[in-house]
Amino acid sequence: MNRSDVPAGTATMTDVRLDRAPDLPAERDAVVGSAGRPGRRQRGERLMVPKAEFRSYYGRPVLNGPTWQAPDIAGYLFLGGLAGASSTLAAAAELTGRPALARGLKAGAATAIAGSLYSLVHDLGRPERFVNMLRVVKVTSPMSIGSWLLAGYAPMAIAAAGSAVTGRLPVPGRLATIGAALLGPAVAAYTGALISNTAVPAWHEGHREMPLLFVGSAAASAGGLGLLVGPGAESGPARRAALLGAVAELTMTRRLEQRLGPLAEPLQQDTGGALIRAGKVLSATAALTLALGGRNRKAGVAAGVALLAGSLCTRFGIFHAGLASARDPKYTVGPQRERLAARDRAAKEPT
Amino acid sequence: MSFDLREAATGAADPATVGGYGDHPERVGFFTDTSVCIGCKACEVACKEWNTLAEDGLNFTGMSYDNSVGLGADTWRHVAFIEQPRQLGRQETYLAPTELPGDLKRTAAGRTPVSLGLPASVPPDGVVGTVREMDFRWLMSSDVCKHCTYAACLDVCPTGSLFRTEFGTVVVQEDICNGCGYCVPACPYGVIDKRPTDGRVAKCTMCYDRLSVGQEPACAKSCPTDSIQFGELDELRERAAARVLALHAEGVDSARLYGADPNDGVGGAGAFFLLLDEPEVYGLPPDPVVTTRDLPAMWRRVGLAAAGLLVGLIAVTVSGASAPTRARR
Repeated sequence: MNRSDVPAGTATMTDVRLDRAPDLPAERDAVVGSAGRPGRRQRGERLMVPKAEFRSYYGRPVLNGPTWQAPDIAGYLFLGGLAGASSTLAAAAELTGRPALARGLKAGAATAIAGSLYSLVHDLGRPERFVNMLRVVKVTSPMSIGSWLLAGYAPMAIAAAGSAVTGRLPVPGRLATIGAALLGPAVAAYTGALISNTAVPAWHEGHREMPLLFVGSAAASAGGLGLLVGPGAESGPARRAALLGAVAELTMTRRLEQRLGPLAEPLQQDTGGALIRAGKVLSATAALTLALGGRNRKAGVAAGVALLAGSLCTRFGIFHAGLASARDPKYTVGPQRERLAARDRAAKEPT
Repeated sequence: MSFDLREAATGAADPATVGGYGDHPERVGFFTDTSVCIGCKACEVACKEWNTLAEDGLNFTGMSYDNSVGLGADTWRHVAFIEQPRQLGRQETYLAPTELPGDLKRTAAGRTPVSLGLPASVPPDGVVGTVREMDFRWLMSSDVCKHCTYAACLDVCPTGSLFRTEFGTVVVQEDICNGCGYCVPACPYGVIDKRPTDGRVAKCTMCYDRLSVGQEPACAKSCPTDSIQFGELDELRERAAARVLALHAEGVDSARLYGADPNDGVGGAGAFFLLLDEPEVYGLPPDPVVTTRDLPAMWRRVGLAAAGLLVGLIAVTVSGASAPTRARR
């Protein structure tokens, strides 16, 4: 322990000054730094500026991470987006005289929303109490608003598909088609606020990009579905929706990573990073195939599969990146410290 | 921002008033003065006993004397232990030269004392002398739910299971909660959590049942050093401000209040602390913000995104609308 730089006579009296000394040896201190990755240590030398290292309680997370299961909730982010955008695309296709494409998309939307409802109820700690979601309406809770949206949208999407597949009740079927088409975009978009309205750093700080990223991803997946289920002659809207969606998804992912700065790490590392990279490669490849391959049916089917897989990877990637950012205290403490420092600087600045 | 979605948007208003209570008691809270915490964990035990909380893992963590790790569904009070190689204020860290008591000397006659390795015990050589410059301080702090003025858990709960009580605290109604888990990642402090065994969430109620009959919460009642003080929040804030000044005068200039400012990101905590180091050292976020502060901006983006998707999908369909018609002809 090097204390030679403390004047000898004051060694027992300088306790107050030592209280904040930056050069205190670290061996008996609580472990600081992120879990498993201790920051660099310097001993014996007095530093001219305090270390910029962040501190934590034994590397333990500050937050309690989401208890949501990835297959359920990340799966729902994908399925809900797919369903919502497919319903809108289906109605547009139907009204412009593309019945086969519309029928396929409606069936896809109904299947996806049924899967979503299963996932959402399955993820509850008390699934038998799922109906409590409709006890109140709370604008402060995207989950409450989302529950009401689903309560309106899901029956209409399923009715529209039932009518289209069986050919019965065409008028209620048409009404349900239009209703689902109007609510579909809201179902696809609100999930951006759903995950951003948490304290999870990578989700919350990405709240500006998340809804746009999610609708882009939703449009790409719905376009992909359209390419799989629609006949070649009617595939134009699906192809254009897929292209538009893939470009929006890729652009917004890039913007998210740029704006988050150091907080973008979880989007680039480990499981979350790998999935997001896979999503980018799949979506970009599919978009290129569509742009270059023209109306080739086989190329369209391959692109459709890649778009669905790409959207799925992106949603799971963002889900896992959020979990990783909640697990490591540096993503919680670091940005908050910077915020405090910026506020201090602003307060000191002469006006 | 013209509209604010937070429950207590007006700032100055009492949370119970904003919560819809016309005539209600004063807002109550905890002031946890960590400078006098001795780490006895009586609060943890009293909380478990009173609220009949289940055992939450009998583990050895190696994190000083902390084996309950953090707040959770079955840990509503958590005592943190931090060992630091620095002195605390002007405390006398040396051991005074003392004589062993006579009866102990007699029983120990002829035997060599063995050190058990306990801090501040007899040195290994058995000689009780003066140990100067023992740069060591042990920080202990009993953490608890903050019962925020702007409570994120309460804002995001989709079932209305979480509610504001007449005392200004935040409580889970167990018969309503369906275990959606939204409140868990919404809490900026990592307080509330889901019980895997029963699927519902749980957290500190500030002993709502005891408050209702004029009793103080079990943890505050059991605290032997009054590190945990319970009372009306306004009075506690005054008391805390005076305590910080007193500690500064004593030379403990690292003393600071945490969560006492009604203008912070959660509108001031109902349970606030006097800390002796940065909040993150105790596992607390340095600048917590209720997530719903940014929700108006999020909803605007959602609206924009949904409208964009609707328009975009119609546009891509209509732009080529003539193509299939031509093909059919």
